[in-house]
Amino acid sequence: MRNCASEVWSFGPSRNDGVEDGRHHMDLIANHITHRFGELAVLDDVSFTVSAGEVVAIVGPSGCGKSTLLSILGGLLLPSSGAAELRGAPPSDSLNPLTFVFQDFALLPWATVEENVEFALLHTQLSSAQRRAQVDDALRRTGLTDFRSTYPKQLSGGMRQRVGISRALAVRPAILLMDEPLSALDSQTRELLMEDFVGLLADGGMGAVYVTHNLEEAARLADRIVVLSRRPGRIREVVTVPMTRAERGEAAAREELLALQNQIWSLIRNEAIDAEREVQHA
Amino acid sequence: MLDRAVSETTKDTATRPVRFRGAGFVPASSRFGGWVALALVIALWQIAGSARLVNPLFLPPPSAIARAIYELAASGALWQHISASLLRIGVGWLLGTAAGVAVGFAIGLSRLARSVGITFISALFPIPKIALLPLLILWLGIGEEPKIATIALGVFFSTAISVYSGVDAVPRNLIRMAQSFNVPFATIVRKVIWPGALPSILAGFRITASVALLLVVSAEMIGAQFGIGAFVLQAGNLMQTDQLLAGVVILSVFGLAVGRVINWLETRLLHWR
Repeated sequence: MRNCASEVWSFGPSRNDGVEDGRHHMDLIANHITHRFGELAVLDDVSFTVSAGEVVAIVGPSGCGKSTLLSILGGLLLPSSGAAELRGAPPSDSLNPLTFVFQDFALLPWATVEENVEFALLHTQLSSAQRRAQVDDALRRTGLTDFRSTYPKQLSGGMRQRVGISRALAVRPAILLMDEPLSALDSQTRELLMEDFVGLLADGGMGAVYVTHNLEEAARLADRIVVLSRRPGRIREVVTVPMTRAERGEAAAREELLALQNQIWSLIRNEAIDAEREVQHA
Repeated sequence: MLDRAVSETTKDTATRPVRFRGAGFVPASSRFGGWVALALVIALWQIAGSARLVNPLFLPPPSAIARAIYELAASGALWQHISASLLRIGVGWLLGTAAGVAVGFAIGLSRLARSVGITFISALFPIPKIALLPLLILWLGIGEEPKIATIALGVFFSTAISVYSGVDAVPRNLIRMAQSFNVPFATIVRKVIWPGALPSILAGFRITASVALLLVVSAEMIGAQFGIGAFVLQAGNLMQTDQLLAGVVILSVFGLAVGRVINWLETRLLHWR
């Protein structure tokens, strides 16, 4: 059995390599995370665990601190109190266990598709041949092989986000941290990428934290949906999606998923109205 | 009555195009327009000079200026003056740029350097650097050093400002992205911040090149035997306006050439934009 707090894994030598039954396990834990930006309370005592291979969506009204929470989970922001913790070890070939996919893609405009993907590997111990192989593999998995020499500005939004995903896959993540990865895209492109995400996460080899304001995306991808209240974000409810991701593609599942979305919407509708009417702080 | 009824029927069925009102506000320069206008002005100037409509002492015609340049070149004096100026500009610009890039990056990257550096730059940047030349002559003697130092100072401040503004303008999301992949600091500076700041740095070069030109001419007018500035001043003192304007034309050509070099650098280095 995996143990709890004493086995928290950090980026360094760990006593427990997390290997159990030949499989690797790395859980990501939000441990009583509270965050304030100056006077503004953004997150209030948020705790949950993303188990290895699990996909957890975080939804909530706008401004509820979803993206802030993801930054804290990924180590890009220090919380005011509480902590983001890891337990167990990632797969041994993982170069960056917690890997972000950004809403605005965050591609280097002066680098080609290939160079953008390779950028994530430049500082690693890989030989240039291994690096090349890993870049090729990531480009192939995202259908970008023919676009390797193009620049981001020449690509459509959907293809740009594929570059972002390709770059994330190149470092063999254990958990993808996806910050509204589809919200900058039009609805048709969103649908296409959604299908890719379903395929990507299908085998459970990779976990994900998926921040979105789109309840449909959450219901289609997630094993569990963490519903946050409006600012300061607290956990309103954690909804378990009662189907495998494969089952959700079937026609019969549609109504059930829709009912689930409606259930979540009823949880946050009033708060979304309040959030919308709120005067923004300077 | 009848007329009106007919016209109303016409109004209902006839079509008319929607009036186009989106014209203008997209100035596109034609390729040869500028050159034609320049040639026209020079031609008019020449005609006015040849017809003795203007006194050649005050405004010699283009042909006289061209002759003056030719004679300068033939006597070898032209190269003597140009090389003296080029040496001062080159060394001064390189020194000022190297220091400006280093300080600009420090201000852009370090909190301590920023709080100290911005205070000093704000205080010293507005000083016309040529006002420091007498002081620099006292410090460094009357040779090349004070002129080069004046140019270097002028170039330094503009460069430092354009470099740190460029570093500030690098999108923070790219830096966060690099950090999220555990990219080390030095690599972030080399692979993210440097290319991200380059547009602003090159725009700064355009400004510092003209600052260097301005300062070299001013410094040479204050105290130099050779150099375009000294030459222009001597020509003015001797009322040799054709020679004076020859010097001005050379300065203009030099400015254009530097602009071309920077254009070329921008197309080479910023092709991704």
